[in-house]
Amino acid sequence: MKVGLFIPCFMNELYPDVCKATYKVLKKQGLDIDYPMNQTCCGQPMANSGCSKDVETLAKQFVKTFKDYDYIVAPSGSCVSMVKEHYAPFFNNDKDYNKVKASIYEVCEFLHDVIKIENLNFDVTFAHKVGLHNSCHGHRVLKLGTASELNIPYNSKLENILNTVKGIELVDLKRKDECCGFGGTFSVAEEDVSVAMGKDRIKDHLESEAVVMTGADMSCLMHMDGLINRNNYPIKVMHIVQILAGEEL
Amino acid sequence: MSSREKILSKIRQNNVVPNVELPSSYENFGITFEDKFERFSTMLESVGGKALVIDKKDLDKTVQDLYKDEKVIASNVDGFSLKNFDSNEQDDPHKLRDIDLAVVKGNFAVAENGAIWMKNEDNRHRSLYFIAQNIVIVIDEKDILNNMHEAYEKINFENAGYGVFISGPSKTADIEQSLVIGAHGPKSGYVIFTKS
Amino acid sequence: MSTDHAKNAKEFVANDERMHWHDEALWFVRAKRDLASKSIPEWEQLREYANQIKSHTMANLDTYLLEFEKNANAKGITVHFAADATEHNEIAYKLLKAKNVKKLVKSKSMLTEECHLNPYLESRGIEVIDTDLGERIVQLRNEPPSHIVLPAIHLKKMDVSDTFHEKLGTEKGNDDPTYLTRAARASLREDFLTAEAGMTGVNFAIANTGGVVVCTNEGNADMGASVPDLHIASMGIEKVIPRLEDLSVFTRLLARSATGQPITSYTSHFHGPIEGGEMHIIIVDNKRSEFLSSPKYKKALNCIRCGACMNTCPVYRRSGGHSYEYVIPGPIGSILGSVKEPEKHNTLPFACTLCGSCTNVCPVKIDLDSQLYARRQDLSEMKLIDPKKKMAMKVTAWLMSKPKLFDFAGKMARKIVPKLPDSIVYNKANAWGRQRDMPKMAEKSFKEMFEQGDLDE
Repeated sequence: MKVGLFIPCFMNELYPDVCKATYKVLKKQGLDIDYPMNQTCCGQPMANSGCSKDVETLAKQFVKTFKDYDYIVAPSGSCVSMVKEHYAPFFNNDKDYNKVKASIYEVCEFLHDVIKIENLNFDVTFAHKVGLHNSCHGHRVLKLGTASELNIPYNSKLENILNTVKGIELVDLKRKDECCGFGGTFSVAEEDVSVAMGKDRIKDHLESEAVVMTGADMSCLMHMDGLINRNNYPIKVMHIVQILAGEEL
Repeated sequence: MSSREKILSKIRQNNVVPNVELPSSYENFGITFEDKFERFSTMLESVGGKALVIDKKDLDKTVQDLYKDEKVIASNVDGFSLKNFDSNEQDDPHKLRDIDLAVVKGNFAVAENGAIWMKNEDNRHRSLYFIAQNIVIVIDEKDILNNMHEAYEKINFENAGYGVFISGPSKTADIEQSLVIGAHGPKSGYVIFTKS
Repeated sequence: MSTDHAKNAKEFVANDERMHWHDEALWFVRAKRDLASKSIPEWEQLREYANQIKSHTMANLDTYLLEFEKNANAKGITVHFAADATEHNEIAYKLLKAKNVKKLVKSKSMLTEECHLNPYLESRGIEVIDTDLGERIVQLRNEPPSHIVLPAIHLKKMDVSDTFHEKLGTEKGNDDPTYLTRAARASLREDFLTAEAGMTGVNFAIANTGGVVVCTNEGNADMGASVPDLHIASMGIEKVIPRLEDLSVFTRLLARSATGQPITSYTSHFHGPIEGGEMHIIIVDNKRSEFLSSPKYKKALNCIRCGACMNTCPVYRRSGGHSYEYVIPGPIGSILGSVKEPEKHNTLPFACTLCGSCTNVCPVKIDLDSQLYARRQDLSEMKLIDPKKKMAMKVTAWLMSKPKLFDFAGKMARKIVPKLPDSIVYNKANAWGRQRDMPKMAEKSFKEMFEQGDLDE
């Protein structure tokens, strides 16, 4: 099983530690991981701004880079959603794209569904109260967890994975899956609503006594981290892979 | 070209909506209840109404106990003798304005939502259900269904007319989301099931 | 002048206490909707049925409108067609003038809001009374509704008290909702009894019976339609549904989605005028038919105007209905407004994080988030997005297509930014940095670590 690691553009630059943790967690499963160096960006910021046409070159570059892997894994629900849901207009039922679309996974999704939850053993302890922020793309598009709006049986891949960590206590939030307000360029174009939404998300975690906010999308966590640091809120953000890699609080 | 033709032509022009089939039937689809009355009653109470079960012969007394002070009473229910205003005799619906209590017959009850179907038979002015200050709907206890799919199987509009599902008295929450019972229709409402 | 949603939202958010109160009020309605939907095991199948019924109807809309017209006529109802808002208003006025109507009582109809019917009639000497309590409140305050189901959701009870004191003579400072509602009841009862005509909207028009269904809690639609002897019902072309039994699906979905109630207090099936009266239906296009030829936006026409998308939208809850400056706000409004009037409403598809919650609550399964995403691309093609933003995105995309250059730019940023003083980093142009700290610049990128074998293994 050859795995291609897809690292979101901003994580490569701003959160290399989280990328390292991703690599470490995957390596621990005994996988053969490749990290193609000429990857850059999935094009999501451009597409969300209305400039989806400009993404065509990036989309084709992406497929060319990753088409030969059995699985493509990324620590980002939103980037994976972009490739799966919004690349079709650039490809005319192209078989390489179809393969990429069927083989690309967010990292927790990959661990849960492909490696399979029963085979996972991170052998880590994280004895803290943790709030799980269900980032929208991963949650509603990739269905990492059952959206609260739907009347279907409940399951959360992220909770299932986190619950294998010894000592962890996942808190109950008042609003289980409300958006944090990042939304890409929304965070600056509609700054005031974005900040209000982020602060409310943090408040929900604080009121539930979480000392850590975790999630599967670093973009959401980056936005909330910015608010946490500016306002000195007593909570830290950690990507799920960091907890799984055994990082301490 | 008339607007009618213009609109129809625009609709036909390049309609790209894919044609899907309508659901073929709603038979045996929809929630059912072991105790239909219990569910009906709970739903009705949650919207400010109340359901009672009585012997038909106790109808007068029951209504009297519930509405001691109401003076002008209109009704189209057989076996109810306290009516003192004949709304069917009025030509003008405005004349119904002073009715304090309307005691009217309903056709059947729907358990899932506390609603009663009123086909408006033996009633000349449909405004009666709204213009009266209070309303009591009388219905046979066996005329209760599970859900709206079963309800619509029993409704038809081959002829011109009117029908209404009534669930509770009128209400509103438009002022800071505070529920107030009694908006423009009746300010209180009961459903009385009579034993067969 | 185009709507600047972000600017309007800023004002709304600035009043933190009120913004949070508005957000909590609407979240509560969403929560009630969840309880109601989860009490029906077959809920998701109901949504699928509703989706099928609406899609089938739209694919055959001309046939169903003709069937509706035929059956309505057979029930003694006169059917009129209006190509646009002006024609709708003209038809309504003509009908009212013919019966010398001086006062019209009107129940909730977003269509008549869209057509700006009230000012049209008022300037021609007809008094229009909006009888839905929420609508009456905003009418007395001379402002538009801020939500399609809860028109006065943006107002606190003291706001209503002040307005009623001024316009209805209620006690100053008495903000008890029951007291205020009773005052409105008394005042509007007089209007119902003295109006010469009543106007309603239409929730559903049934093709195979020729009747229309109106759902209310207050009883105002019925008072207006059944006391005066002229009833005019206004509907968009998209309100028609094929069969009476299809109502079983919609009556189970509508109120639960809108407010969490199992059904509205009244679900009235009008199949003819009152004794000695007249009933007219005005069927309006006003650019709705264009949606049928749109591969991307055709499903927007399936909307049953429940408002669930607004209640769940985290942006709507924190910016308020007025910030959209369109008769219908929130997710569905952003699509309808920006499709019908793209220049005016070009910011609306961006008043959204694409969270997808709206799509999940929509009872007829409109793909709201996909349509909002698609609209952004269209607006860009039409050159209706900020040219600076468009250029920034083009440059970024170009940079991303050159891996070595991108890596170099990142390296430079990581070398330079940490050395800059805060006053430069957090300058006025740094929109991110106004209310958030910047992420710390790492020393090395992950690529550099990987290349240098620096992975702590």
